[in-house]
Amino acid sequence: MSGAESVGNERSDGGDAGRDVNRTPVPDADVCVVGAGPAGALVADRLAADHEVVVLDAGPRFDPADRLARQERAIRPFYGRPDVWGGGGARDAYENAGDRSYPLNHARVKGVGGSTLHWQGMVMRLHEDDFNSGTARGVGPDWPIDYADLRPYYAESERELGVAGASDNPYAPPREEPHPMPAFEPSYSDSLFAEACEELGIDMHSVPNARNSEPYDDRSPCVGYGTCQPVCPSGAKYDATVHVERAEEQGATVIDRAPVERLEHDSDDRVTGAVYATPDGERHRQAADAFVVAAGGVETPRLLLLSASDRYPDGLANGSGHVGEFFMDHLFAGAGGTLDEPTRQNHVGFYTSACDQFYDEADETQAPFKLEFFNYAGPSPVEMALTGDDWGDSLLERLRDGYGTHVAMGGLVEQAPDADSRITLADDRTDDRGNPVPRIEWTVGDRALDTIERANEVQVAILEELGADVEWVAGPDATGPAYHHMGTTRMSDDPERGVVDADCRTHDLDNCWIASSSVFPTSGAMNPTLTIAALALRVADDVDARLSETN
Amino acid sequence: MELTRRDAAAALAAIGATGGVALGVRRTTGGADSGAGGPDPSSDGAALSDEAVREAMTAVARVVYPEAVSGVDAFVGGFLDGRLDGSAHAAGVRAAAAEVESAARSWYDSPVTDLSPAERDGLLRELGADVADENPDGTTAERVRFFVVNELLLALYASPTGGELVGIENPQGYAGGAESYRRGPP
Ligand SMILES: Cc1cc2nc3c(=O)[nH]c(=O)nc-3n(C[C@H](O)[C@H](O)[C@H](O)COP(=O)(O)OP(=O)(O)OC[C@H]3O[C@@H](n4cnc5c(N)ncnc54)[C@H](O)[C@@H]3O)c2cc1C
Ligand code: SF4
Repeated sequence: MSGAESVGNERSDGGDAGRDVNRTPVPDADVCVVGAGPAGALVADRLAADHEVVVLDAGPRFDPADRLARQERAIRPFYGRPDVWGGGGARDAYENAGDRSYPLNHARVKGVGGSTLHWQGMVMRLHEDDFNSGTARGVGPDWPIDYADLRPYYAESERELGVAGASDNPYAPPREEPHPMPAFEPSYSDSLFAEACEELGIDMHSVPNARNSEPYDDRSPCVGYGTCQPVCPSGAKYDATVHVERAEEQGATVIDRAPVERLEHDSDDRVTGAVYATPDGERHRQAADAFVVAAGGVETPRLLLLSASDRYPDGLANGSGHVGEFFMDHLFAGAGGTLDEPTRQNHVGFYTSACDQFYDEADETQAPFKLEFFNYAGPSPVEMALTGDDWGDSLLERLRDGYGTHVAMGGLVEQAPDADSRITLADDRTDDRGNPVPRIEWTVGDRALDTIERANEVQVAILEELGADVEWVAGPDATGPAYHHMGTTRMSDDPERGVVDADCRTHDLDNCWIASSSVFPTSGAMNPTLTIAALALRVADDVDARLSETN
Repeated sequence: MELTRRDAAAALAAIGATGGVALGVRRTTGGADSGAGGPDPSSDGAALSDEAVREAMTAVARVVYPEAVSGVDAFVGGFLDGRLDGSAHAAGVRAAAAEVESAARSWYDSPVTDLSPAERDGLLRELGADVADENPDGTTAERVRFFVVNELLLALYASPTGGELVGIENPQGYAGGAESYRRGPP
C-alpha cells in the first residue's frame, strides 16, 4: 500500500483491518498493565512467562507494513506531526491553562508501542546527583532510591532496548560493562565541532543511542533513512513493539483501542478492576490481582483523578493530594547558523556527539544541562522541495542555496519541581467518550530559564569559534518542551509527600504500581526513557515477588 | 545527471509501494474528522488509462524537474509502476492527472504531452498548482499539487540522483546507509 493518505486515520476509522479481534477481558488475570509504551511493555514481557498478563492500550495496533506511508507523512508538508501516528482529535483533546502552552499531541503517541514509535531514541543514565538533588544541589527532594539501586537495572535496560554506546564519556556515571553495541561513529560535522571545542577546552564524547549500530535482537542495523523522529521504517530504532511482541509470544494478551476509563477498588484498598471501553461502544471490566499503570506522564495522573471514589474523593491513590502536581519537562536550548563550507547534514536523523561537561556544575541557581551536536541542522532538501511556488531549475537553485552549510547545537535543561505546574481535569471539556480531558498548567521557573541562557552562551561560543554565522538562538523566550512528561505521581518514602513509594507502588493501594517518568521526584536533564525502562524492570520484579508471596 | 530505474526503485523504497499489487482500499471511510478521503475520480475529466497517466505525469515531470536531469521517462515510469497500486493514493494520482489532462484539452485544445514546455508550465500555473499548498482533499489546485507536482518532486528528491543534485547523496527518505553521514565533502 503506498501513499501518505492510504494509511487512514486509526483514531476515527472503524477498521481492524480484517483482523478478528477479541477485546473481552481475560479470565483469571494475575496482572493488568495499563498502557503499551516501553514501561508497560517491559513490565508485561518480564512477567508474562510466569503470570497471566493482560495489557490494555488506548490506541491502535499499527500495521508495520504502513511505516513507509507514515514516513511519507513525516516528509509531506500537508501532515502535521501528530498525523504521522494518527494522534489528535476528540480522543486526544486537552486544555492548556498555564502561562506556557504545552503541545501535548506532539509529545506522545497512543497505540501499541506508545511514544517510542515517534521518539528520537537517545538513552542516557541519570547522574548520581540527580537522585540526590535536594542534598547535592539544594533543589527539590532527594529520590528515595539511589543510582546504585538502579544501576543493575540500567545495564539490563540497555540490553533490552539495544543501546549503541561507548565508554568515552568522562562525565557519565560509573558503569561496569560496555554497552551492548558499539557507538555510532562521530559524523563529519562532529569533526568540525571537535576542532572548535578543543580550542575552547570543551569535551565532546559519544552518545548512547537506542538504535542498532549492528544487527541486534533480530532487528536491522540503521540504514540511514534519516526520519528516525517520527518513524524508523527499518526497525533499527528501538520501539516498544519489540517487548509487546515478546510478551505476546510468552502468552500475554494485548488489547488495543481499549482506553481504561477508571480503576475500581474494594474496601481493603486493593484495586479490583480496570473499566475500559472498546470500539464497538461496549464497556468491559478487567479484574486482576495486581495492576500496573503505565499510561505516560499525563494520562497516568488523569486516570487516577478520573477514578475518584467515595473513599478517595480527590482521585485514586491521591491521599497525599499530589497526583498531577510537579509536572516537569526538559527545556530545549539551542543555537545554529551557517558556515562557508559543506556540513553534510540530514543524512541520518540522530546525533552522535554530546557534551556533559557542565552537567554536574548544577546547584541552587544553575540547573543541570547537557549539550548536543546536531547532524540534522537546517532544512532537509526533500521537505523544502515540496513547498514554495517554484519548480524546475529555480527550485533546484533554491535547494542548493538552502541546503548544505548549516550547523546547530541543541541542549536539555532540568526544570525544578513546582506544585503549581500540574495536570488536573478540565471542568467542562470532555473527550470522545465523555471523560474530562487533561488540563495542563505548565510553568517554568527562573533557575531553568537562567540555565538556558548559560547553555546558549556555551553554544554560541562554540559556533563562533567554528566560524559560523549564528542565525538563531533558542533562548528563554523561544524554549519549548522536549516531550518528556515527568513528576506527576512523585515517588517518596513519606505517604504525605508522594504518591508512590520507593518500589513505585502507590502508598494508598497495596496492589497498584506506577511504571512511568511520572514517579520522578526531580528530572535531571537526561532523556528519561532509559530510567523509565530501569524502573519498569524493577517494578516487574516487585510485582513478581509480591504475587509469589500471596500465592 | 542521469536518472535511472535504480533511482526509481530507491524512490519507491523510500516512500513506499507494493509494486503494483492491487490491494483495494484498506481504510474504511473515515469519520467526520478523518480528512483522508480520496478524491472522486469521476468528478473531473474522464478516467485515464494507466498508460495515459504515465504520459501525462512524465510530461509534467519534464517541467518540474531541473534541466540537468535526463532519463525522466524511465524514472517516472518505474516510479509509477509501484505507486499506481490499488491504494487510495493511486486513485488520487489518477484523478489529478486526469484533471491536468482535461484542463490541457479545454484550455489548449491539446493533450498535455503535445504542449510545449512553456505551455505545460503555464498550464500548471493556470491550474494554481504553483501557489497552492498540497492537500489530498482540497481544491483542484491543491490536489494537483499533492498528487502530481509534489508526487514527482518527492520521487526525485528522495532518490540518490535527485539528492546528489543538491549535494546530499543520502537524502531523507532514502535508505542510503549509515556511513555517508561520516564522510566529508567529495
Ligand atoms: C518526539 C519525541 C521524541 C522523544 N525522544 C526521546 C529520546 O530521544 N529519548 C528519550 O529518553 N525519550 C524520548 N521521548 C520520550 C519517550 O517517548 C517517552 O519517555 C516514553 O515513550 C515514555 O514511555 P511510557 O511507556 O511511560 O509512555 P508512552 O510511551 O507514552 O506510552 C503510554 C501508552 O499508554 C497508553 N494509554 C494512555 N492512557 C491510557 C488509558 N487510559 N488506557 C489505556 N492505555 C492508555 C497510550 O496509548 C500509550 O500507548 C520522546 C518523545 C517524543 C514524543
Ligand atoms: S536513520 Fe533513523 S530512521 Fe533511518 S534506519 Fe537509522 S534509525 Fe531508522
